[in-house]
Amino acid sequence: MTDLDAFRAETRAWLEANCPAEMRTPMRTEKDACWGGRHFEFQSEAQKQWLTVMGERGWTVPDWPASYGGGGLSAAEAKVLKEEMAAIGARPPLTSFGISMLGPALLKFGTEEQKKDYLPQIARGEIRWCQGYSEPGAGSDLAGLQTKAEDGGDHYVVKGQKVWTSYADEADWIFCLVRTSTETKHGGISFLLFDMESPGVSTKPILLISGNSPFCETFFDDVKVPKDQLVGEENKGWDVAKYLLGHEREMISGMGLGGERQALGASVGEVEPLLRAEIAAFDVDVLAFAAMSERFIDQLKAGEAHPAMPSLMKYAGTELNKRRHELIMAAGGSDALEWDSERSRGGKSARDWLRTKANSIEGGTSEIQLGIVAKHILRLPGA
Amino acid sequence: MTLTDDQRMLHDSVAPFMADEGSIKTQLRHWRDIGCKDGFGHGLWKQFAELGLTGILIPEAQGGAGLGMVEAGLVLEEVGRNLTPSPFLTTAVAAVRALEGSAQADRWFPGIVAGEMVAALAIDEGRSHDPAKVSLAATRSGNGFTLNGAKQFVVHGASADVVLVAARTAGAPGETDGITLFAVERDASGLQVDNVALADSSKAARLTFENVSVDADAVVGEVDDGWTPLSRALRSGRAGAASELVGVAAGASDMTLDYLKQRKQFGKLIGEYQVLQHRAAHLFGEIEIARAAALKAAQLLDAGDPRADLFVSVAKAKAGRTSALAVQEGVQMHGGIGMTDEHDIGLYMKREAVLSEMFGSHRFHAAEVARLSGY
Repeated sequence: MTDLDAFRAETRAWLEANCPAEMRTPMRTEKDACWGGRHFEFQSEAQKQWLTVMGERGWTVPDWPASYGGGGLSAAEAKVLKEEMAAIGARPPLTSFGISMLGPALLKFGTEEQKKDYLPQIARGEIRWCQGYSEPGAGSDLAGLQTKAEDGGDHYVVKGQKVWTSYADEADWIFCLVRTSTETKHGGISFLLFDMESPGVSTKPILLISGNSPFCETFFDDVKVPKDQLVGEENKGWDVAKYLLGHEREMISGMGLGGERQALGASVGEVEPLLRAEIAAFDVDVLAFAAMSERFIDQLKAGEAHPAMPSLMKYAGTELNKRRHELIMAAGGSDALEWDSERSRGGKSARDWLRTKANSIEGGTSEIQLGIVAKHILRLPGA
Repeated sequence: MTLTDDQRMLHDSVAPFMADEGSIKTQLRHWRDIGCKDGFGHGLWKQFAELGLTGILIPEAQGGAGLGMVEAGLVLEEVGRNLTPSPFLTTAVAAVRALEGSAQADRWFPGIVAGEMVAALAIDEGRSHDPAKVSLAATRSGNGFTLNGAKQFVVHGASADVVLVAARTAGAPGETDGITLFAVERDASGLQVDNVALADSSKAARLTFENVSVDADAVVGEVDDGWTPLSRALRSGRAGAASELVGVAAGASDMTLDYLKQRKQFGKLIGEYQVLQHRAAHLFGEIEIARAAALKAAQLLDAGDPRADLFVSVAKAKAGRTSALAVQEGVQMHGGIGMTDEHDIGLYMKREAVLSEMFGSHRFHAAEVARLSGY
């Protein structure tokens, strides 16, 4: 038996003993995702327990160093853990922008104190983070941002406004791009972390076409941010931001796979032949994209992935997710259109479908991603 | 899903070989323009043998390289990229998998390893691939069997030394039980071979069996259980065709990207137009996805994983759709020059059409994905 086989056997036994039965059932609503943080209301004891045991073991972030609260696993071991969790249908113990976006950026750009301070809390799901990137007038053209951070001695004074801040009204802390110099567009940006309860921070939800409001407008009115909460160097936040965006795109691309283990065609019941054919073609594309995702992650870990590949993954994954929900609506017919009824599980199909329309806009539009691929991978002229 | 050092080395030796020795100009156009009856060059097949490629899947004990579908897929992607005409897919991949472990393997493997033999598969009877629908009849007579019926789309059928024929010894068309696989020599008495040129100038045969007698030892595997060796041939043939299609798509796409960087219209390089950039970037993504799907299928086959059949169909369906997009975008973006015989881009369109149909179209395989997913 190899070391990896032994690791697999131990992991399987540990998961069997520690993953609550309730956490091995498919997630039904957005609320089933565990976000952690100071104010998170757990849906059940099982949800809380699952986060606790996984966090203690560092398995919410299996491949981070153990000294920062991670599991210290090798890439191969992390893959085994993922496979074993998938085999029992285990839910992710934690859904977190801290894990998928901020953490990797801190590991690369943070000071030792920042890593020791923030990373273990992210791993245990104690701080819920939001991302302060977009601004009115600076959407996909991110570097056009205007929010200012003025020098106040041992702190910055932040003034301005962000928009499309996902879950800002539920987040504990924000990682935020601010302008510390106006001399150059990309060269005057800094990357700050601060508490959303700081005086001067306020948020306002934005109601979407889906009837939900995961997004907010966020306002900063002379918010004092201590200087040791600057990540990387002053005016060099664009490097941190770009690195983090790669991870965000990688994370978003995961939605192309859908959360369910079942093929779409097997879950929609009887449908007319033409729709069935479309769904079968879709299932082909999802499974092919799953292979691509696996290959991409392996290439990332081996340092073989092109830096612009996350753009491609984000583009392909989000287009696939939109198509999935178009097909679910088609299969649901008029039942799926009922906004608040039992037949549509409270409008779930329609709300989810409407929500996905933002997939190809948020995190950089599909057109932005295609432009990045054309320029940086295909090297097309003038791109 | 990254390549091992050995796989990388194989790729690094096969890619320049195929680009030089297997190029469109020296192979495809050459054999087409002189009207070669085989549609490929036996000299090149011999060179495949010298590189150890003809026996790539044959165990080392039987003189082969003992490698797997991942390695065969790497070769096939380069074959596809250069539109290299060769019996590699039918003989070295599909037929070898059908024959492996049978008494017939000892008879044919040495010739295949040496690059002196070509094998063909006679599976399809109708216009569309549907391998369970075998109706060609094999009836017992004396010490052997008598075959009666017809096959079509037997790729390299007229050049093959041996044809693997799926025949029905029991059951009814549509059933997988009751099929028997026979290794029939091409010059068998009563076997009529009509050599047909396909759109891509490759050759496939229509075979008519009129009281063709074969000995009992022509049976590959067990009587009535031809589905077992046939499935091995189909899985590897389908996965291999997917890899070759990825190569066709990549070759067409590379040619098109070069053109976008050279051709000027309205005073600008056409590659500067965003509408073309976005289509090119989308196509690039589809090719990467198809390549990953083909690699996944090959890895699962090599691992003997039960999900292999599902991913083989995913790979063939995805590669079929993707390569169709690649050749259509290729011809369209080349404009008028792309419609001329002089330009190579049109050759990719023709090859894509043939390969997409071989071993089942993307529609056939999407239906397989649905069936294997339980709907």
